[in-house]
Amino acid sequence: MKASRQITVIFSILLIACLMGSVLLLRRLDQVRTGATLEEVLYISSPQALKRMSLGYEGLLADMYWTRAVQYFGGKHHEGARHYDLLGPLLEITTTLDPHLIVAYEYGSNFLAPPPPNGAGMPRRAIELDEYGIRNNPNEWRLYYQEGFVYYMELKDYAGAADAFARGARVPNAHPFLRIMAGQMAEHAGDLQMARMMWSTTYQTAQDKSIRANAAAHLRALQVDEDVTNLEALVARYRAKTGHLPASFSDLETAGMLRGVPVDPLGHPYKLMPDGRVEVRVPDDLPFIQKGTPPGYVPPLKPKFLPSD
Amino acid sequence: MSARIVHIASNTFREAVRDRVLYNLIAFALLLSGAAILVGQISIDIERLVVINLGLTAVSMFGMVIAIFIGIGLVSKEIEKRTLYTVLSRPVRRWEFIVGKFFGLAGTLAVNTFFMAIGVFAALLYVSHHFQKADGWVLVALYFIVLQFFIITALALLFSSFSSPLLSAVFAFSLFVIGSFAEDLRGFAGMTHGITRWLATGAAYLVPNFSALNVISSVAHQQAVSGQLILYNTAYALIYATMALSGAVVVFEHRNLK
Repeated sequence: MKASRQITVIFSILLIACLMGSVLLLRRLDQVRTGATLEEVLYISSPQALKRMSLGYEGLLADMYWTRAVQYFGGKHHEGARHYDLLGPLLEITTTLDPHLIVAYEYGSNFLAPPPPNGAGMPRRAIELDEYGIRNNPNEWRLYYQEGFVYYMELKDYAGAADAFARGARVPNAHPFLRIMAGQMAEHAGDLQMARMMWSTTYQTAQDKSIRANAAAHLRALQVDEDVTNLEALVARYRAKTGHLPASFSDLETAGMLRGVPVDPLGHPYKLMPDGRVEVRVPDDLPFIQKGTPPGYVPPLKPKFLPSD
Repeated sequence: MSARIVHIASNTFREAVRDRVLYNLIAFALLLSGAAILVGQISIDIERLVVINLGLTAVSMFGMVIAIFIGIGLVSKEIEKRTLYTVLSRPVRRWEFIVGKFFGLAGTLAVNTFFMAIGVFAALLYVSHHFQKADGWVLVALYFIVLQFFIITALALLFSSFSSPLLSAVFAFSLFVIGSFAEDLRGFAGMTHGITRWLATGAAYLVPNFSALNVISSVAHQQAVSGQLILYNTAYALIYATMALSGAVVVFEHRNLK
């Protein structure tokens, strides 16, 4: 082998060996300094300063900050965090850099509003984000819908929700449901039917499958809440009529109050408990249910969605 | 255009290609294809936006770096290698040399941008599966980026005609940064009074206005670019580049090359 070729081979091997060695060492260093690379830091917290520093390329920077917000929320949500301190600032920076990034308002509001562990528990901040989005994109009906949704679901502020839906209904090409929801809000605020209508609209209009899965799970939960309420009312009526609780749903059937054994949205029969309460078979499979759970039940940190959602 | 200018321009283009300037296309292709695949997995609903924002920003940044670092060496390298004396000993005027160099580098950047544009549209097709009518505005944004290159190339040549490569790079890059704040600069000038106002306004109008030539964010959101803006930006960029090129010719004409 020629001397120059020999040198090439030796140094190529050395190069590859050093590269592998440095990777291995970095992995060791990451183990020693746990979490150092994922430290919660916003090096530049001022959106305006960042906008200036982007030299006109703020669109790309906004995409990067949006991705960072998604990753931050996803990571925190996965570990069941109760605090999302950086989520608000990250969304603020994203939307200041690109005020027309509609996706950041829609999803950002969904990240901010629900109580932990499903969200950051900051519905007021979600409303502020939506309002900022509406000021910059007054013809986006989805932002009015999102704002009304937060008012209704998280703040139970039905007047605020009605106002947001009414404003959204006036936007050209707005979804027809906005007008219906604005009209029905005063009459049916707090009803299960109203909530069902809103989650159905979310399910029908959302593009992202995780949002659709979330809406589908909420629709199932509403169905369970309604079923359990109705079944427990039947049990109460039976007790009033006979003076004792039914031993099973068959007793209700025999009394002509029920046709067959009722099943939950997943097809599992409901359980009638000795104290007259009605429970679902597998509460973990039905996230967000308010009723039908055993006493002291703690839902899993991460809601379980169905593969078909 | 005289045949001599065309010769100098084509030689400059060939030299840039020989210097492996077009290798940046490989980095660009890797960056864009990587982003197109990765973003879908780590973000939500912004694949198309990222392809346009990242693609056009990369076209602009890569081109700016090439324009500055090749542009600053166009004159000084010829002096250093003493090839300038061979060129000027032939019937070539100094202004023809400068103008030829400008067209050579501008042509290199236009070709580079053309290939990058193909990459941007290919990535767009990959993430969207079809083109939309509004994607045509991306072409306008690319055209504005090429206009930016004309300005910065002319400026790099201007600085290169009287300064060292290092200082020329610093001057050209500084002007690019200041030019990105041109509109703020005019705003600040409006807040001052007296002589300061005149000086600040003068400085604000003297630096190139790159912010008007940057429509990346709006085309990413499928917003239309007005015909008036296209017309004015074209006229502005051509006038500004001609002005800087004229300055380079004036300085170079009087430069003592002995």
